Amino acid sequence: MSDLTINSGRKSEKALKESIFLFFLYFCVIVAIVTLMTLIYDVLSNGYNRLFGDYEIGLITKLQIDNPGDFLTTLDSRDPLKAGIGPAFAGTIWLMVIVVTATFPLGAGAAIYLQEFAPKNKLTRFLELNLTNLAGVPSVIYGLLGLAVFVRLAGFGRSVLSGGLTLTLLILPVVIVASREALKAVPDTIRQGAMALGATKFQAVFGQVVPSAIPGMVTGMVLGLSRAIGETAPLIFMGALTYVNYFPDNPLSGFTAIPIQVYNWISYPQAEWLNTSSAGIILLLGLLLSMNTLALFIRNRFEKDW
Amino acid sequence: MKNTKTIALIAIVSLIFTACGGGSDDSQTVSDDSQTTSETTIAASTEESSLSGSILIDGSSTVFPVTQAVAEEFTILNPNVDISVGVSGTGGGFKKFCPGETSISNASRPIKDKEKDLCAENGTEYLEIQVGLDALAVVVPKSNEWLTCLTFEELGLIWGADNAVSNWNQVRSDFPDEEINLFGPGTDSGTFDYFNEEITEELGGSRSDYTASEDDNVLVNGVSGSPGGLGYFGLAYFSENADTLNAVEVDGGDGCVSPLEALDGADYGLARPLFIYVAKSAKDIPAVKEFVDFYFETMDILVQAVGYINMPADKKALSLTAWTAFSGS
Repeated sequence: MSDLTINSGRKSEKALKESIFLFFLYFCVIVAIVTLMTLIYDVLSNGYNRLFGDYEIGLITKLQIDNPGDFLTTLDSRDPLKAGIGPAFAGTIWLMVIVVTATFPLGAGAAIYLQEFAPKNKLTRFLELNLTNLAGVPSVIYGLLGLAVFVRLAGFGRSVLSGGLTLTLLILPVVIVASREALKAVPDTIRQGAMALGATKFQAVFGQVVPSAIPGMVTGMVLGLSRAIGETAPLIFMGALTYVNYFPDNPLSGFTAIPIQVYNWISYPQAEWLNTSSAGIILLLGLLLSMNTLALFIRNRFEKDW
Repeated sequence: MKNTKTIALIAIVSLIFTACGGGSDDSQTVSDDSQTTSETTIAASTEESSLSGSILIDGSSTVFPVTQAVAEEFTILNPNVDISVGVSGTGGGFKKFCPGETSISNASRPIKDKEKDLCAENGTEYLEIQVGLDALAVVVPKSNEWLTCLTFEELGLIWGADNAVSNWNQVRSDFPDEEINLFGPGTDSGTFDYFNEEITEELGGSRSDYTASEDDNVLVNGVSGSPGGLGYFGLAYFSENADTLNAVEVDGGDGCVSPLEALDGADYGLARPLFIYVAKSAKDIPAVKEFVDFYFETMDILVQAVGYINMPADKKALSLTAWTAFSGS
């Protein structure tokens, strides 16, 4: 009898502890989600009309503002109701193209070498250590590096090409680490099987391992790209512009990007700028979410279970 | 099996490239569209100019809104001129201007000797053109009705590092015994430099135990939310927040003047000049010359529109004469 009470006492105590712990975990999740939702709600409620609604300005001569067409295509203005994000939007698209073009071969190449071919010696360990450290370097430092290397040394000027390459440097460590993880996840039996059938190491890696790892590598790549297009500091330090009245038409054009534009707008004194910058943030969020969806799609479509 | 994987690989890679390539095509059409829209508006208003070329401008973030406003209006008349304006700060602007990377530099203070040397080394001759004034507003929360005017000495007493004033009644004995809460721009800011030059230079510099932010909107919220608060920033930020803040009149030795009176030309103690610097080598570029001419034509309207103070007419006339001589030589 007494044994039974002790047992049940322990049991309810355990259950209580468990439920408290579970409650704590739920609480953590809720804090994260509520914060995100509040942010999104705040931005949407401020920026929705500016981005999606048609409205009139002017007291005597009515001028119809047609959204979102105008906001996405027109130039910046000193009037918050007329300001468009056109050149910054085009600048961000240019950056994305350059970052993808440069990061994919470099990131995938470095990861494949380090994971599959590199000899296990001190030099390799040193490289690996440095890669991990590089992933933690503050982004401004990459801006200064970009200024010194691409703008001055390589002579690309303060162009969209320099900007894209600077962002490439910024995300390369992350992309390489993610790609290596994807390669690591391919079971060794695949490599051994291929080699047992007479394939060379090269054939085994490029015929079997890399194609299997592509979904993971692409996911890492796209997530890195998402980080890159949200960055302001490295671009400003590298010397990106704030106001341009033209659309960049070649890689050596000067440019501005959406985060710079938003940062500039939000610092103005007039209250209407809040709505305009929120509209810019919605655009940036939209771009980020579609990139993440693309990553998710690729992973689900091509992922393999062994 | 190997083939399917290769195909998948190619498919994914090409998917990404077409996705992004498509994006870039979009941006191309975007740019075309905007060209046509802006052309139609221009056709409606004025005749299109054939002027083309590019104008590179960089420098102070304080002067940026004026130059941007001028550039915006200029673009409507001259859609083929590429204008870019960067914000590197006054010092950063001169670092690009002197080696000849930019044609025009925005500055919220006159050029320093060190920067003059840099320009001389690179053989860059230039003209300094004042375009307006930026008044600093010293502000207190709306609830504060007892503080209407402060002298430069009192401001020095409050902000100087050598003085340890913590309550308002230590500044002036008839002020209430309330704690002073100070708000101001960070040390990187040109506003901070100017304020200290005027107020605390001989008092050991600015004290550092105040709430500093580079974002003036943060300062607005800070001052309006603390009863014993005091802060300073550009007049435009006060004008937009006049419902939560009071501007303190400032006595620079000739009686109390409100910063708002400065808008009508009164001699306000805390108004700093705003400049653009034009390189001599750039004056022969038609687009740049036209742009500076246009700057003079429009500055009376645009400087006020972005919240700054116009230069007195006689000073503007002197500037214009200097520019005419400079650009004609």
